[in-house]
Amino acid sequence: MDAANYLYLSALLFTIGAVGVVVRRNAIVVFMCVELMLNAANLAFVTFSRINGDLNGQVVAFFTMVVAACEVVVGLAIIVTIYRSRRSASVDDASLLKR
Amino acid sequence: MINLAIAVGQTQAPEAVLFWVLAPLTVAAALGMLLVKKAVHSAILMASVMINLAIFYIAQDALFLGIVQIVVYTGAVMMLFLFILMLVGVDSSDSLTETITGLRPMAITAAIGFGGLMVSLIGRATIGREAVGLQDANANGNVKGLAQLLFSTYVWPFEVVSALLITAALGAMVLAHHQRIQLRPTQRQLSIQRFRGASLANAAGLPGPGVFARHNAVDVPALLPDGTPAANSINATLEARGDMLSSGNFELGKVDTSAGEEK
Repeated sequence: MDAANYLYLSALLFTIGAVGVVVRRNAIVVFMCVELMLNAANLAFVTFSRINGDLNGQVVAFFTMVVAACEVVVGLAIIVTIYRSRRSASVDDASLLKR
Repeated sequence: MINLAIAVGQTQAPEAVLFWVLAPLTVAAALGMLLVKKAVHSAILMASVMINLAIFYIAQDALFLGIVQIVVYTGAVMMLFLFILMLVGVDSSDSLTETITGLRPMAITAAIGFGGLMVSLIGRATIGREAVGLQDANANGNVKGLAQLLFSTYVWPFEVVSALLITAALGAMVLAHHQRIQLRPTQRQLSIQRFRGASLANAAGLPGPGVFARHNAVDVPALLPDGTPAANSINATLEARGDMLSSGNFELGKVDTSAGEEK
């Protein structure tokens, strides 16, 4: 099987995640879609690592995972803080600067 | 054993079978994540996508990353997501209504464009040789190879990332820390409030939930003497989530008197 199939899958997952970020309104679901995009990029890194016969791609994917974990921790803390002050986890309700 | 499994998995046909079975499942789960209404269901579908990706990593000789994917993502990150979902509660923001007109068609058009571009690019691009595979790089084992890179070439990024982790943990603590603006009322103050307040309706505490003798679960409001449900007998969150049952379900239509006394 051609290793490029994994790249097609990765592109597809990234696109689905991007649509989710735009379309969904719940901040937590938006966040999960960002995670999906990060994971899709990781799959591409692992596949490139295999195509090139080199472990550098896997190290980069490892770093991406660490950064994603940090991002989840801080992002969810922000969501909890916004929820506490506005009683809503919808991205539409956090529009204080608009008015 | 695991080496044998990997060796079998990497011969051409089994990997193709694995891919063509799991890839459609992964895409379906990712699409489902967009389409389902409840955030909890999205989280479950996301977890299944992540497990599938872990299997793909292991199939591609990235044994360490596959295990880390399961431990870190499906274990820690998804647990954090579910925890926050429970903390924040499931509210009306789950609705799929469109707030900006034309956003959805635009998003789908852009996605088709972007996806098509990516797929056609990948289809046209070549590196002029066959995929090398990781047999040589993993000769001493995948974990050893990764560790050698991580603690030599990438030791500085590794240190920076550890600083990032500590900063993120501190940031989360600062953000999530909740400072009480006013003092918590004492039991004595609460009691005075109840009895010296405008009405004595709640002096004996709030009514308990449940229609006694018919259904005494916490999701059914109690009935007042005039037959109307007592709104303050159940938790407001249950009502907001739509998990409340109407007490009308448990009304006695007609009293069944046919049964005789059991001997």
